[in-house]
Amino acid sequence: MNFNMTDLIPMLPEIFLLAMLSLILIVDVMLKDGQRFVTYVLSLLTLAGCAWLTFRGLNTEPVYVLSSMFVDDAMSDVLKLALYLAVAIMLVYSRGYLQLRGLYKGEFYVLTLFAALGMMVMISASHFITLYLGLELLSLSLYAMVALNRDSPVATEAAMKYFVLGAIASGMLLYGMSMIYGSTGSLLLSDVSVALQEGIGQKIPLVFGVVFIVAGLAFKLGAVPFHMWVPDVYQGAPTPVTLFISSAPKLAAFAFSIRLLVQGLEVLHTDWRDMLILLSVLSMAIGNITAIAQTNLKRMLAYSTISHMGFLLLGILAGSQNGYSASMFYSVVYALMSLGGFGMILLLSRQGFESEELDDLKGLNARSPWAAFLMLLLLFSMAGIPPTVGFYAKLSVLQAVVEADLIWLAVVAVLFSLIGAFYYLRIVKLMYFDEPLQNAPIEASSDMRMALSVNGLAILALGILPGPLMNICAIAIQASL
Amino acid sequence: MPNTGDEMTFTQFVFYFFSAILLFAGLRVITARNPVHAALYLVLAFFTAAGLWMTLEAEFLAITLVLVYVGAVMVLFLFVVMMLDINLDKLREGFWDYLPLALPVAILLMLEMAVVLGGRFFGLDKAATPAAHPAGYSNTKELGRLLYTQYVYPFEIAAVILLVAIVAAIALTMRKRKDTKYLDPARQIAVKRRDRVRLVKMPAEKRMETGSQKAGEPQP
Repeated sequence: MNFNMTDLIPMLPEIFLLAMLSLILIVDVMLKDGQRFVTYVLSLLTLAGCAWLTFRGLNTEPVYVLSSMFVDDAMSDVLKLALYLAVAIMLVYSRGYLQLRGLYKGEFYVLTLFAALGMMVMISASHFITLYLGLELLSLSLYAMVALNRDSPVATEAAMKYFVLGAIASGMLLYGMSMIYGSTGSLLLSDVSVALQEGIGQKIPLVFGVVFIVAGLAFKLGAVPFHMWVPDVYQGAPTPVTLFISSAPKLAAFAFSIRLLVQGLEVLHTDWRDMLILLSVLSMAIGNITAIAQTNLKRMLAYSTISHMGFLLLGILAGSQNGYSASMFYSVVYALMSLGGFGMILLLSRQGFESEELDDLKGLNARSPWAAFLMLLLLFSMAGIPPTVGFYAKLSVLQAVVEADLIWLAVVAVLFSLIGAFYYLRIVKLMYFDEPLQNAPIEASSDMRMALSVNGLAILALGILPGPLMNICAIAIQASL
Repeated sequence: MPNTGDEMTFTQFVFYFFSAILLFAGLRVITARNPVHAALYLVLAFFTAAGLWMTLEAEFLAITLVLVYVGAVMVLFLFVVMMLDINLDKLREGFWDYLPLALPVAILLMLEMAVVLGGRFFGLDKAATPAAHPAGYSNTKELGRLLYTQYVYPFEIAAVILLVAIVAAIALTMRKRKDTKYLDPARQIAVKRRDRVRLVKMPAEKRMETGSQKAGEPQP
């Protein structure tokens, strides 16, 4: 194998992130507790540097390096840019909350960046082993982050559940991959795809492999019937970690599904399509109906995540370029909405008060009209009400499903969205028409207020002008597949 | 290895020899009543499996298995088993209650595995026997070459994962607990005589009378 230094250019963002991570690890050890701001700023600068490097390396032709294990294509570039943004927003939102609860430590930032690195590896993987290792890097960082608040028994329980179920899911995924490897004789996604087109490998072991891979994938996405960990982890984890789990990893999960199912196993589309239909219908049904019964906002948003993942799967199972780009648009939009939703919980919480019950939102309009308005935008978007961007995300996915001649599925999806609209609108009612239970002023730093305002208004702005982002997704998918 | 007639080649003999010991050891791991015995049988199972790998010409993996699993993991495991006070009767409680359900489940699992893994899909005829390597072939060298050239990227990611494991383990376990007693060497060295010893001048006292001499009181 020949090796050129220039091979490393496409992976400069990853190399830069890892180098900065090592630097932050060392710098943080030298800092006193009062100087933690340096770690925070360094982390944000690292993400900005990665964004600059990725932006400079934007290209339309896929480039494969390091024995074809790493791919740099348009889809990976766009998703990575969205990823940096999501992680940076999460860091801005969480600083105040962490300071008040004694979690403002270097480890939080280091683990966040490690998770980001894992997601970048997943997004750019073109080999079963790199896909799996990226996923493990992400998952391990997340397990530790959920347990970071060691004195909370709920957080420890959530971390334990997450760890055990995550390990089972990884095992399933590996088992599936090994079956595909056994049948096709290759771990490289492109080689697997070629081998499948040539009809190498028997049908039954291949389908078994696909079953295990889809099950592992569904675990990681949190799709029904592999969703049991989602509500407990979302509720138990410290809110900034919940915010993190629910936003950026969904982008990586989308890339993961596309790489595995489309780039590797597209020939078996008819097999995995039926499995995804089942997962998606069940996710939308159970997610939306169970969310109605929740009184805890974090738990409710967890069930809402499950239903949104059902929608995300709709685009992938449509099996067309339009479907994939619609799904990509959905994942970016969902990350944005989720950041805003959990960001609002962080904004309203203060020393010794979590603001995670639905009743805590009562009369928010009287306390802070601007916060109530932002929350209204986010909820409308999650419910899919125009003119917010959530409407276009749902619409484009549904269009792809109709194009794939699955009209019944589109009807089912719309019906469950209508059911889902109830619990989003119930919060709007609580905020605007109920008397506030408390009158404590909202304490939050100005950078957090600013970021949350931009986040909320972006939902509206993208809803009025969804074209550019949709085009970017369509072009990225077209150039990559 | 071509089988000539009824006689067994030496490799086959080694294979069946190790397999028999492996099966026996594996069975004893789950049937031994004493957890220490079970752990020791597991050591035997690992060691025999390493022998089997040796016949596959995978000597590096075989040695790693012995070094890592037998040498490190199992010894640690033994320590834990010896330190914990496991109540075996409690573990065995309900064995007969669960058996009626557990037995059909186990049989069903076996049948399913037999169907999937049976000769139809994963039989010997489906995969060619790997060719024997020429003399002087070094499995270790080949693995090293692959690991640091073709697979250098996954190798580096694995290194990062280990770093995460270190950071996470320290973040989750290192803390200053109020009830921990720990020594501060710097303060120990800096200690002065006057911090520890106080010289008190007292007038000499006369010996007490017999009335106050009770049992348990220190004698002068």
